[in-house]
Amino acid sequence: MAAPIDAVGAKSNSTTLLIRRIICYVVLTLVAVISLIPFYILIINMTREHSHIQKGFSVLPEGKLIDNFKSVINNQDWKMLNSLKNSLIVSALSALLSTYFSALTAYAIHVYDFKLRKPVFTFILMIMMVPTQVSALGFVRLMTSWKLIDNFIPLIVPSIAAPATFFFMKQYMESSLPLDIVEAARIDGSGEFRTFNSLILPIMKPAIAVQAIFTFVSSWNNFFIPGLILSDKNKRTLPIVINIIRSADYSVFDMGSVYMAIGISILPVALVYLFLSKFIIRGIALGSVKG
Amino acid sequence: MTKLKRVLAGSLAVLMAGSALAACSKKDSGGNGDTSYKGFNEEANKKAAEAGAFKPTKAETQKQNTEGSEESKKQIRIYTWNEEFKERLRCYYPEYDKEASEFEVNEDGSQGARKVGEHEYLKDGTEIVWVTTPNTDNQYQNKLDEDLKNQADSDMKIDMFLVEADYAMKYLNGPYTMSVAEVGLTDSDTADQYEYTKVAGSDANGTLQAVSWQATPGLFAYRRDIAKDVFGTDDPEKIQAELADWDKFNAAAAKLKEAGYFMLSGYDDSYRVFSNNVTYPWVNANSEIVIDDNLLKWVDQTKEFTDKGYNNKTSLWAPEWNADQGSKGKVFGFFYSTWGIDFTLAGNAEDNKGQKDGLYGKYAVCAGPQAYFWGGTWMVASAGCDNKDKVADIMKQLTCNKDILLDITKGTQDYTNTKSGMEEYASTDFKSEFLGGQNHIALFAEAAPKIDFSKVGPYDQGLNESFQSAMKDYFTGKVDKDTAFDNFYKSAIEKYPELKKPGK
Amino acid sequence: MMVKRKSISYAKWGYIFIIPFFVVFIIFNLVPLVSTFYNSFFENYIAQGYMQIGPNWVGMDNYSTLFSPDTELSKYLGNTFVLWLLGFIPQIFFSLLFASWFTDLRLKLKTGAYKVIFYLPNVIMAAAMGMLFFTLFSPNGPINDIYMKITGAAEPIRYFDNVWTQRSVIAIINFLMWYGNTTIMLMAAINGIDTSLYESAQIDGANPTQTFWKITIPLIRPILLYVLITSLIGGLQMYDVPQIITKNGENVNRTSMTLVMYLQKHLFSKNYGMAGALSVILFIIAGVLSMLVFFFVQERDPKAKKKKGGNK
Repeated sequence: MAAPIDAVGAKSNSTTLLIRRIICYVVLTLVAVISLIPFYILIINMTREHSHIQKGFSVLPEGKLIDNFKSVINNQDWKMLNSLKNSLIVSALSALLSTYFSALTAYAIHVYDFKLRKPVFTFILMIMMVPTQVSALGFVRLMTSWKLIDNFIPLIVPSIAAPATFFFMKQYMESSLPLDIVEAARIDGSGEFRTFNSLILPIMKPAIAVQAIFTFVSSWNNFFIPGLILSDKNKRTLPIVINIIRSADYSVFDMGSVYMAIGISILPVALVYLFLSKFIIRGIALGSVKG
Repeated sequence: MTKLKRVLAGSLAVLMAGSALAACSKKDSGGNGDTSYKGFNEEANKKAAEAGAFKPTKAETQKQNTEGSEESKKQIRIYTWNEEFKERLRCYYPEYDKEASEFEVNEDGSQGARKVGEHEYLKDGTEIVWVTTPNTDNQYQNKLDEDLKNQADSDMKIDMFLVEADYAMKYLNGPYTMSVAEVGLTDSDTADQYEYTKVAGSDANGTLQAVSWQATPGLFAYRRDIAKDVFGTDDPEKIQAELADWDKFNAAAAKLKEAGYFMLSGYDDSYRVFSNNVTYPWVNANSEIVIDDNLLKWVDQTKEFTDKGYNNKTSLWAPEWNADQGSKGKVFGFFYSTWGIDFTLAGNAEDNKGQKDGLYGKYAVCAGPQAYFWGGTWMVASAGCDNKDKVADIMKQLTCNKDILLDITKGTQDYTNTKSGMEEYASTDFKSEFLGGQNHIALFAEAAPKIDFSKVGPYDQGLNESFQSAMKDYFTGKVDKDTAFDNFYKSAIEKYPELKKPGK
Repeated sequence: MMVKRKSISYAKWGYIFIIPFFVVFIIFNLVPLVSTFYNSFFENYIAQGYMQIGPNWVGMDNYSTLFSPDTELSKYLGNTFVLWLLGFIPQIFFSLLFASWFTDLRLKLKTGAYKVIFYLPNVIMAAAMGMLFFTLFSPNGPINDIYMKITGAAEPIRYFDNVWTQRSVIAIINFLMWYGNTTIMLMAAINGIDTSLYESAQIDGANPTQTFWKITIPLIRPILLYVLITSLIGGLQMYDVPQIITKNGENVNRTSMTLVMYLQKHLFSKNYGMAGALSVILFIIAGVLSMLVFFFVQERDPKAKKKKGGNK
């Protein structure tokens, strides 16, 4: 059907198409370059010494990469590697709990028809937007009185109640989880909890993967609450250590170390993202389309 | 849907009712931040100044409900925000067990990035536990406040904590200290320390609560090459004559401008020199904020400098401020105290770290228009400290032992808290290569006794910061003077809800 | 209908499965939230660092202070909105443009690498992003170096000393962090549109601009709203980036101080009364916004079902 139309303006069409394509590539490349600028500054400054960084930017790298790396890794007061480990534990467990229980909650709302279903759904949407800072004050006081300061529990367990993750899961289920599957499982005699674990979770894999990465990254980069909860040098997470390096006193203040520490904290996440990018892009798409 | 719309309308109504209600109760309530005039009111300020200084009182010492556990007695817990004191203790405290602590100094002897083991010990086996919280955004003080408050019921006692000059008063007058005498230091132990460091370390009753290993008098560091170009000499005494008071300082600035240089780099460079020489402290007896004449002078001077191009419009610690100290800079000089010259200025002046190139050897120091100090760290023993003997020994060795203090000066260039020791250094041919062979210790030794700490109060840190950042908008021309003052009062009361704008 | 009737007997499972969420929510969110709100009716702060003042019941005093013209709460609300809008407009513009290019079958662009790069800035923590841009735009940073070399100007542009340049830097950072995410979402939405619609439009002689405005935009309206709302949430919580760029918000007559930054000021001074009152106000604003979400989600439902049917 489309053939005759193409034939009519074939010539002019193909040249305008070429011009359009060139414009597209130029704009896209330009924006891509701008997006990479922060990484460029970061990598350049990771290779420079403090007094140079302080005086301004240079386009070319210098030879201090190894020195900066060593001074960050070897400093026992900062314990970079230990905090890397802590961040990994907190972020991984947060991601795990957040995705599992959000899926479970979304499943409850999606599949079961109970009286409070609508109000519960509305309620979760309502609290989705409340900024963390609003309850931070009471939160820290409560954790102090429960002696949960310098403990990972206040950083990990609250992620079970993650409204935004729940919302994404719910959207995803609406588009990709037909209720007849649940029915079929029931006929086969599967218990409700087992059905969720062995049948539903595998179907939810793409959504879980995407949200797991989102939660992981935001927990990995989170400074606000951990900064109020953790101070023991063996318990600190990466953003706290970066903050310590940034606010070091004059005698040891070293911008090279600051950039190196930021680099060390970003690289694992960036690499994971690069490896999984196809997966993530597909996942974001799946959860959000079905509007 | 209609239900939802009703809810939406309802919540908007609540918001509006809130503001209406607020507007009504406004008349009779005297909530924080209520002010009856805009900007700065000279009369009200004067009246407030005459009301007499805010007299802090020493709070009753916190009672300990629990005793430290056995574990707590085997640990000396020290709260700090940075590495400086740790480094001093590790390198110069004779009882520090370098071997057990796996402490290694860098081969080149440079600061920082040293190696230290997971656990650190004194030679008698006591473990040293550092609790480090950064200073930014008040985090260190928040942490300290919280943990000291809980000290009474804790069986893991904090033994010692460190404070800076800017907020020392808050802790020294608070309930969480153990006096230096009670720890076990006598007056004769501290006799060789600079007077101002003892004033700074005392509470409202004059009882010594804290000691320091350093004194931090400030000087004016200037470029020798620019001095020769503009004033025909780089001799510190002759340059000092050009800068002896603020009028001469301003005249010199005009001269420098004509020759294409800047007198100062930024807005805040001269701030401490003015704020250390005020007549009235920041807060009066009625908790009203007093802006001293000397601070108003700073505002006028800085505005003039900015408008006439006598400064390079930078801010303290900004990259361009650091750059102004290097070989591409066109700035004549910087107000710097002891530590600043050896670490910050020296680092910025060289083009490559430790290469002795750039402006290495091309700076000199002179006293400048007024004496001032900048920085300093004090050690405080905490109420409930269960390692008194060890804290006493650390304090004695690191703040009263002249030999150790002189070692610190030799090793780190730090200006240490021993009057006789520093005077000896002043009269020797001690030379700073960085300052072109000048004996700057001599100038410091002259400046240190002139420091007046009596006007420093518990609110200085927050109010100084608020004042500088509010006035910056006035200097850059973004707001008029009244708005800048309004912003200052606003920010001050946000930080300290108990304070008031004068004459309200 | 069958499903619905049968599932009634399973209703208790619905309750069981939402228990963890609500237990955790109540313990870690609701209790602190209520205590924060409770605090808002008291004078409760720490003077001179150690003297606990209060808690003394003061009723609505904290609120009247916040709503008094001296406090300029509306200014901070306005700043929050302006900063959000400045980032959101380019974000939605470029995301739409790129999404339409990426999905344009005639253009046949190779998009893989772009999609990866566009999303990348999102992995940097906001505070670090702020630091890097502070370097970039500082008076002796690379942007000014280039500017001074090209124009020969003697004075650098002081981006952080000017209302709109300062806000723009913040907006650029927010834009860079989120446009990739939005592009991918919009792309997915456009891909979900029935291709036959485009074909028939082509037959009718519509040009790309027309098909974009007449077909694409109306059909992805629900997802556009979703993007708008989620972006609003982020905007309301905006804190790290302006904090670093504006030195705690006080730069340039507080023109980039957001509501949460203002809340932080009271948190840092341990003024629990004022912080509590401000939290309540923030909560109400968030509540109004989330009811808007609710509104749109409800509106979307029937359309979503229709489209799902059409696609399969």
